[in-house]
Amino acid sequence: MSRYNLTHLKELESEAIYVIREVFAQFEKPGILFSGGKDSIVVTHLAQKAFWPSKIPFTLVHVDTGHNFPETIKFRDDLVADLGVNLVVGSVQNSIDKGKVREETGKDASRNWLQISTLLDTIEEHGFDALMGGARRDEEKARAKERFFSHRDDFGQWDPKNQRPELWNIFNGKKSYGEHFRVFPISNWTEMDVWQYILSEQIEVPSLYVAHQRDVIWRNGTWLPNSEHIKLRDGEKVEEKQIRFRTLGDITITGGIESKADTIEKIVSEVAAARQTERGNRADDKRSETSMEDRKKEGYF
Amino acid sequence: MAYNEENSYLDMELLRFTTAGSVDDGKSTLIGRLLFDSKSIFEDQLEHLENSSKRRGLEHTDLSLLTDGLKDEREQGITIDVAYRYFATPMRKFIIADTPGHIQYTRNMITGASTANLALILIDARNGIVEQTCRHSFIASLLQIPHLIVCINKMDLVDYSQEAYEKIKANFKSFSSKLNVSDIQFIPISALNGDNVVNRSENMDWYEGSTLLYNLENIHIASDHNHIDCRFPVQTVIRPKKDEYHDYRGYAGRVAGGVFKKGDEVVALPSGFSSKVKGIHTMDGEVEEAFAPMSVSITLEDDIDIGRGDMIVRSNNQPDVSQDMDVMLCWFGKMGPKPRSKYALFHANNEVKAMVRQVYYKLDINTLHRNEEDTEVKMNDIIKVSLRTTKPLMKDAYTKNRLTGSLILVDESTNETVAAGMII
Repeated sequence: MSRYNLTHLKELESEAIYVIREVFAQFEKPGILFSGGKDSIVVTHLAQKAFWPSKIPFTLVHVDTGHNFPETIKFRDDLVADLGVNLVVGSVQNSIDKGKVREETGKDASRNWLQISTLLDTIEEHGFDALMGGARRDEEKARAKERFFSHRDDFGQWDPKNQRPELWNIFNGKKSYGEHFRVFPISNWTEMDVWQYILSEQIEVPSLYVAHQRDVIWRNGTWLPNSEHIKLRDGEKVEEKQIRFRTLGDITITGGIESKADTIEKIVSEVAAARQTERGNRADDKRSETSMEDRKKEGYF
Repeated sequence: MAYNEENSYLDMELLRFTTAGSVDDGKSTLIGRLLFDSKSIFEDQLEHLENSSKRRGLEHTDLSLLTDGLKDEREQGITIDVAYRYFATPMRKFIIADTPGHIQYTRNMITGASTANLALILIDARNGIVEQTCRHSFIASLLQIPHLIVCINKMDLVDYSQEAYEKIKANFKSFSSKLNVSDIQFIPISALNGDNVVNRSENMDWYEGSTLLYNLENIHIASDHNHIDCRFPVQTVIRPKKDEYHDYRGYAGRVAGGVFKKGDEVVALPSGFSSKVKGIHTMDGEVEEAFAPMSVSITLEDDIDIGRGDMIVRSNNQPDVSQDMDVMLCWFGKMGPKPRSKYALFHANNEVKAMVRQVYYKLDINTLHRNEEDTEVKMNDIIKVSLRTTKPLMKDAYTKNRLTGSLILVDESTNETVAAGMII
């Protein structure tokens, strides 16, 4: 490789740092949407690199469904303490208690859609004008159409057919009062890039990503973790398996895969050999062919 | 070269390429083939595609359903927006900006082309060069995409005839002599059957060149960035409120050109104050030199006033600093510029106001004819204009540097991006 060429990981890193610095420069109250998943952990790590030796100049925003993996919450709190940043938590349980949203009932009920309302309320309450997230274009077909700087109207909605063109490295973050932006610094990364980056930067991630023994239930073609939020159906039984999670969402909808990858090195090899997409174990994406587009239009992550 | 499975990714490069095309020219099939053969389509995606294709009453799996992600696109069977696709081989990671080819989507093609190292032009071997071929090639040349690969596709439908291939190649060469493209490669392929895409064709022994994937993996891209003229547009200033970094003042930005080194004599523009590079910093430690497209923070020996939108350059190689400029614009807005219309102008992390003083001509992007009579500008028009800004811009010609030579115009009443500009 030539002396004046970057590796793909360094180029992606440099692009993301550039985008994160643009967010800081163009907005008044920007934040990072932090789920405790690997992608938002990588975005937070990149924000640290973008402003070193200063502290991260963004608030971390977490939408808490109340159905989290306990490991995720502990990881979040440790990281916040370590970085010395502010954390804002929007609680779906509060939204339910206040009667703002109604919990889904019946088979396969989840709090996934309910997060949208809590997220939008949190944005309004704290006056965020830009929120960065770890969404990537390779994850899902609606996300493949997403911009780095994605405009949201007064109601927090995304209009996929009326998006601003993005040219070169010029980002137009102009907006009217009450509107906000979602920004995706790692848009161009793939699942593989994220894992290779975690490995090469030695970034800490929740232990749920590496293979471990867990009580699980086989449902809808995936291993769902046993928890207080899940009810056994006829014919189902709790089994102990060695599994790991490729994505982290709610404990009620995130399925694991059987895996022996108990180190990050082994995860990189496993991802290289994978024949299923990472969101293939997410019940929220399986509801319809355009469920991601539908949720995104309403204001989802 | 010994290839180590475990850490090969540590020296992979990134290549961004753009394609444009309509429903029938085989673009989706070609992308599908590249994704398939590089094992970038997953089982659940394939199963999904098969089901969707069946639901639409199609006999074969329609690979375009993979790239067309929005509900409307899937219903109408067309690509509306730019879709980004990713695949990797042990040599390189690829980002495809897949855009529609119809003239009404010129703005999407320009968007996809703006960040590309390479443009892939598809020609149907049965039809030869058509209007769309000219349009896509012209856009590639206008946006200064450094490399062009012309795939003459559907060779299976012309009996893999060398004569047919040579004829189209000669026609394209004669047409492209009017364009400003330095590196053009021609490859006869059949995307449907896979000839010369990933594997060499057994049907065309007369073709001595390499396959499409080989070209994509080996085209020399290190010199696509300008490594001569040092340009560092400042995004923001880092001032830590920590005792150990009390006097630290880092200018954060992404190198847009040239190679910066510690000790370099530099000038901050527009103020004109000179200083020396004290250090080039990243969280991983100081680096000896920084080149495009690295994101770093630069500290200077002297305490001078520099802020967002200013530019650090080498003393002996400076950009133009002026308020007047001629620009090629691609118009994106619903309404064209009225005489003396004012816009917000974004250029190299700088925001100023600009006025369109004159429209010189409108360019027909199919024939390259310059129309000086009809200067009524509509969406997707390419025009040459004269702009005046409220503050001077530190700028280069777009042909010299794609980053310091490009700008966008924003309508301040709607906040929409209404034009993309290339400084002449």
